Amino acid sequence: MAIERTIYREIPVSPRLWAAAALLAAFVLSGLGAFLYVEHRGHVATGMTNQIVWGMPHVFAIFLIVAASGALNVASMASVFDRKIYKPLSRLSGLLAISLLLGGLSVLVLDLGRPDRLIVQMTHFNFTSIFTWNILLYSGFLAIVAVYLWVQMDRNVHPKWVKPAGLLAFVWRLALTTGTGSIFGWLVARPGYDAAVMAPLFIAMSFALGLAVFVLVLQGLCVLARCPLGQTLIERLTRLLALFVAVVLYFTVLQHLTNLYAAEHTGFEAFILFDGGVFPLLFWIGQIVVGSLVPLALVYGRKTPVSPGLASAVCLLVILGGVAQIYVIVIGGQAYPMEIFPGYEVSSTFFDGQVAGYAPSVPEVFLGIGGGALALFATGLGARVLRIVPTTLSDQNLAGKGQE
Amino acid sequence: MTTLPANRSRRDFLRSGAALVTATVAPGVTLMAFGGSAVQGAPDAGKRWGLLIDAGKCDPDCTACVTACQDENGWRGQGDPQRDVQWIRKVTLKDKGTGRETSLPVMCQHCDQPPCVDVCPTGASFKRADGIVLVDKHICIGCRYCMMACPFKARSFVHEPVTNQKPHAPRGVGTVESCTLCVHRIDAGGVPACVEACASAGYGAIVFGDLLDPESEISQRLEEYPSLALRPDLDLNPGVRYSEL
Repeated sequence: MAIERTIYREIPVSPRLWAAAALLAAFVLSGLGAFLYVEHRGHVATGMTNQIVWGMPHVFAIFLIVAASGALNVASMASVFDRKIYKPLSRLSGLLAISLLLGGLSVLVLDLGRPDRLIVQMTHFNFTSIFTWNILLYSGFLAIVAVYLWVQMDRNVHPKWVKPAGLLAFVWRLALTTGTGSIFGWLVARPGYDAAVMAPLFIAMSFALGLAVFVLVLQGLCVLARCPLGQTLIERLTRLLALFVAVVLYFTVLQHLTNLYAAEHTGFEAFILFDGGVFPLLFWIGQIVVGSLVPLALVYGRKTPVSPGLASAVCLLVILGGVAQIYVIVIGGQAYPMEIFPGYEVSSTFFDGQVAGYAPSVPEVFLGIGGGALALFATGLGARVLRIVPTTLSDQNLAGKGQE
Repeated sequence: MTTLPANRSRRDFLRSGAALVTATVAPGVTLMAFGGSAVQGAPDAGKRWGLLIDAGKCDPDCTACVTACQDENGWRGQGDPQRDVQWIRKVTLKDKGTGRETSLPVMCQHCDQPPCVDVCPTGASFKRADGIVLVDKHICIGCRYCMMACPFKARSFVHEPVTNQKPHAPRGVGTVESCTLCVHRIDAGGVPACVEACASAGYGAIVFGDLLDPESEISQRLEEYPSLALRPDLDLNPGVRYSEL
């Protein structure tokens, strides 16, 4: 049987494309408006306080950054691990990875107390800071994935370069997510952090969240590009997603069991798992049930193939669970009071010894959503001007590329 | 056309011009940039400034140290306790076992190994040679990572525009700040405002001095009586010590 060559095309202009672009642009603009509002009034306009210093913008930003590195996995599977069925998706994988990272970084930067001093950050580096390392890792990621895309797309570049570029991007993305997890893992001050497991946990999260976002974006772009999307491909991606969800679950169990074993951390664990108000709710219902067990049951607990609609639902649930998980890590870790005086009941005018409350404000939520919209807009724009999306992803066509 | 003296190159001329500009501008910049590079060069590496707080002498109802710090450095609550900055706060401790209550002030502990300095991406958080931990207001980008990293909750983020700042304690919305140990007073040979106020109030619960000088009162007291550092498990070697806890 003759192998049909993959042909990539810019997605055509259509009313649906315009509608999607307008919707995303509206969210991007509302995010920008939220930034200007907070910039004008100060962070008093947010729900963040001197107790909860990182809020919703950080939840969104970390989600996007973690998903960015995970979105690249599809390309890695094709070029590093020679899974040829995923090769037609490699370009989109790289583009989405770059776009998600840009979206996440935009949120982080626009939430700074002094975003006007970004140039200061670019000229002053403190190399003991994991933030500094992350800036280098993020910049390097953008550059490496751009090169990776280029070697895939430029016909003048010999295909032998795709694998080394893919390998470098894969190793780099592992380092990048290690860096993101270590933002928390290396914080010795707070009982909810200070754990080496944060790095592998974040890597596992990136695999799951990145793939969930990828599948949804792929489905959306295929609709816009009128590209047939085969059942087998979606089935495979969704089953892989379920495997990643199980890995996240494993590291989550490890994280909490390790903490529960240490008497000094049982207070924090009780807070997150049982009596911490919204946090146990988000943990058990959000991350465990909605984000993990239900998707696992939907994928593995059936004999019939995973339909496209079910795949979308599974991805959406995994994303919701991921946001809940990041919220619990970021906000829950700050809400629990620090043990400055073990053995004492503590009180002060600065809320020592008290669980910190947090009510996200509309502007900070819009800023976060704006970052997500920016990532999707950039992906769409990229797919509009570059040859990213194949003309067909039908099962018949992919069958010719081998099923390994 | 102006000709340069034969023994002076064009480069020398430009250098002298730069020096003139520096000499003119520097005092103002230095004033604003306290804690910046000009001051970083000033401290004596042979000293390590610290505080010894005697919780036994601290009156639970007294907030003289807090008020003095507010007056000295120009920070004050704006009616929003969750977002108001606090450079120093009074903490009440109740022993879970015995029920005994203790009161003491908590501020930046001026660690020898400060986590806030480690995590700061720009180097805005820094430790002077004499052990005082400060924030360089010129390069703080307001990321708040130092607040996440500080085990003592000693740092605050300025959530709203501020007015009526003290020239020696510049503050700015969107940046992080904390106790400076009244570095401007120390550099002028004085003691921190909280120490002075506590003594004036008749308690004398805070002793200030050079931890490296064995003859200093603080060193002698530390040698004579038991004391402890907060979060000793982290081994940060803070410059602030507590006794009679």
